Amino acid sequence: MTGEAVTISVMRTGEVEHTDTAARKAFGFWIYLMTDLVLFAALFATFAVMSRSYAGGPAGKDLFSLPDVFTETMFLLSSSATYGLAMLATYNGRKGLVLAGLAVTFVLGLGFISMEVSEFHAMILDGNGPWRSAFLSAVFTLVGTHGTHVIFGLIWMLVMMVQIFTKGLTAPVQSRLLCLSMFWHFLDIVWIGVFTVVYLMGSM
Amino acid sequence: MFGKLSLSAIPFGNTIAMSAVSGALVLALVILAMITYYGRWTYLWKEWLTSVDHKRIGVMYIILALVMLLRGFSDAILMRLQQAMAAGTSHGFLHSGHFDQIFSAHGSIMMIFMAMPFLVGLMNIAVPQQIGARDVAFPFMNALSFWLTAAAALLVMVSLGVGEFSQAGWFGYAPLTELQYSPGSGVDYWIWSFQIAGIGSLMTGINFIVTILKMRAPGMNLMRMPIFVWTTLFTNVLMIFAFPVLTVALALITFDRYLGMHFFTNTLGGNPMLYVNLFWIWGHPEVYILILPAFGVFSEVVATFSGKRLFSYRSLVYATGAITVLSFSVWLHHFFTMGAGADVNAVFGIATMLIAIPTGVKTFNWLFTMYRGRIRFTTPMYWTLGFLTTFAIGGMTGVLVSLPPADFVLHNSLFLVAHFHNVLIPGSLFGFFAGYVYWFPKVTGFPLNEMWGKRAFWCWMIGFYLAIMPLYVLGLMGMPRRMEHYANLAWQPYLVVAAIGTAVILLGIIFQITQLAVSIRQRHDTRDLTGDHWNGRTLEWATSSPPAIYNFAIIPIVHDIDAFEDMKEKGIAYTRPERYHDILIPRNTSKGFISGALAFVFGFSMVWYIWWLAILSAIGILFTVIARSMDDDVEYIIPAAEVERIEDERHRKFPSIASDSPA
Repeated sequence: MTGEAVTISVMRTGEVEHTDTAARKAFGFWIYLMTDLVLFAALFATFAVMSRSYAGGPAGKDLFSLPDVFTETMFLLSSSATYGLAMLATYNGRKGLVLAGLAVTFVLGLGFISMEVSEFHAMILDGNGPWRSAFLSAVFTLVGTHGTHVIFGLIWMLVMMVQIFTKGLTAPVQSRLLCLSMFWHFLDIVWIGVFTVVYLMGSM
Repeated sequence: MFGKLSLSAIPFGNTIAMSAVSGALVLALVILAMITYYGRWTYLWKEWLTSVDHKRIGVMYIILALVMLLRGFSDAILMRLQQAMAAGTSHGFLHSGHFDQIFSAHGSIMMIFMAMPFLVGLMNIAVPQQIGARDVAFPFMNALSFWLTAAAALLVMVSLGVGEFSQAGWFGYAPLTELQYSPGSGVDYWIWSFQIAGIGSLMTGINFIVTILKMRAPGMNLMRMPIFVWTTLFTNVLMIFAFPVLTVALALITFDRYLGMHFFTNTLGGNPMLYVNLFWIWGHPEVYILILPAFGVFSEVVATFSGKRLFSYRSLVYATGAITVLSFSVWLHHFFTMGAGADVNAVFGIATMLIAIPTGVKTFNWLFTMYRGRIRFTTPMYWTLGFLTTFAIGGMTGVLVSLPPADFVLHNSLFLVAHFHNVLIPGSLFGFFAGYVYWFPKVTGFPLNEMWGKRAFWCWMIGFYLAIMPLYVLGLMGMPRRMEHYANLAWQPYLVVAAIGTAVILLGIIFQITQLAVSIRQRHDTRDLTGDHWNGRTLEWATSSPPAIYNFAIIPIVHDIDAFEDMKEKGIAYTRPERYHDILIPRNTSKGFISGALAFVFGFSMVWYIWWLAILSAIGILFTVIARSMDDDVEYIIPAAEVERIEDERHRKFPSIASDSPA
């Protein structure tokens, strides 16, 4: 009841209404991430159903090179760390450092996605494209959906770098950087799942 | 250059399709010509198409829903006529391919392009006002949701004249929807219209959850929210959890068709049963997405017109929550016959029976609210009473088919068709009609004509029983659903009765159109200056009708579940505040409309394999969204003086609200 009384007195005396757009956006973005998590859950379930449907084609252990995937993973995980540093710089208002942090994150993310594309490319050239078997359809779709998210994250990162450059670290820009940060860490968590379920379990 | 698209895609030989197309085109041309003649283009563009005002968007959603209702109902007329005629040696007037398109379009349209826009429209109109807010949390995203839905609906309409619609039913089971068995453009139209509308719905879900959880007026804790807000909240929770699964199911069938993958094919390891599961994991919660908002409307209507607080508010909230959770545990009852085994079927059968319990609780909430109330028999109340009686029958047949052994007999028969029409028409459509009549004076400032409304109700009610009840009998007689021709002449009399029922419903729809026309003509005599046409109990009746763009000049403070009723009792409902404040309002933008238009182009070019155009429009959408995200100047201020002028104008027109006494 005290909380209510406080809110009411604020409303009565306040000159301008208080709207906390940034908190609202962050909350909305959390909910979006939950929907994306459901999307990935459905794809993981699909992969689980298809995980032995080789149709005479290759299995995971014939296709995956764990050292490569490990390097790829390291690219993505360290990019999450550098993004974290960029966010710390944001809170300290150090524009140059934020831009540098985002640039490093971008390069690491690009490294991740290039390795994934070259892996897919090599598989397709060997005749093991997504049309070879249900198993490969599921691999390409699950890994590719994550990769597409990373690509959109990279585009978003470029847009944010332009915004920081032209607008500076204004409140709306900071709120967008926070959303992108949540998105980027979220993709890390999903990748841990992909790495485990598709690559590690597939190589066993 | 144009992918698979050529002049042969237009079904010139099909008289029915071509007359429907020319009818729709003529109607569109007439409307466009009238807008030009009256010089309303600028008004339309500035005030509506670019609007981010939740009330305007709500109205546009409902107009879309009503237009699509006419389309979906036309399909129903064709099906009923065909089945009434095509017995024995007669083959009716539709060939099988066309009949299959019609039943697929009927289901798709009624679910996704009639019911969904209708409920989202009602939510848009009522929820921000009921919680004492100025708009939704993300007004631009709201406009984007609408324009994506409209683009998807247009895609379905275009399939009438360019190419064909899916013949695989509204749920599009694989492997029938695979390229091998459905090589035409129909399934692609179905995929892309569902996908685009689904993304719109997902964004609506996010938007309203944040709106309800973050933007309530001071004093309105969760247990003081109007029931419609509660049902909207749960509906949107269902939307955000269910729609991503639809996105996946549709994406996988898209990959199968466009990229030659093998998710649901018969060959190379594909598993069609996976599709059925994914689809209904979305599809069953979707049923509750359609029904819960209508339950919210009924609750508001019953409380208002009984002049009483809703009986056992808390139990109704908990019942809605229980339905929300349980709705994710029953999807398998759509395919008991697939062969999951007796134990699995038993679990899902019991879960299905369980969900009838909270629904039953609600029925008693409404009945006890009416008990010893001073009931006013208005049109919304008619729809509510019609719902209560009719829905009870549909609910009971639902419990019947939830028994796996009974379902094995009744699966895919007309009994099932009768059951879900028996729950969805009273359970959601009647609720939407009740909401349409109930909130119409709020939106426009004048009420709908009661006499024509009641006539329309009786036609719908009688027509419904005539059209649907024979289908139960036919189902028990063994008639499968979706037959364009049958040999058993014993079925024909029932189908003739059903066709007559459809004609009676048609009369109801004509009366509804008459009602609208009559009400608009009488608007100067019936105008409501109080803003509280029905003597309502919740906050939306505190605003003027139609509400000012900012809804509330001063955000109200809530002390009770029936916040406005409480204010009226205390005599503070119409108190003029000492002074007004500046108000921040979201600025209109054309980017929602542009994104929707580009989404339509994208969908159309994907259907016809016009890759360059698909890529261009996708890039266009990306850049529109980026441009929007760069824009920091998205709001403007209405100065306190302007607010005061608007409010004084209201007080001048309706002098008694200047005094403190309740109306």
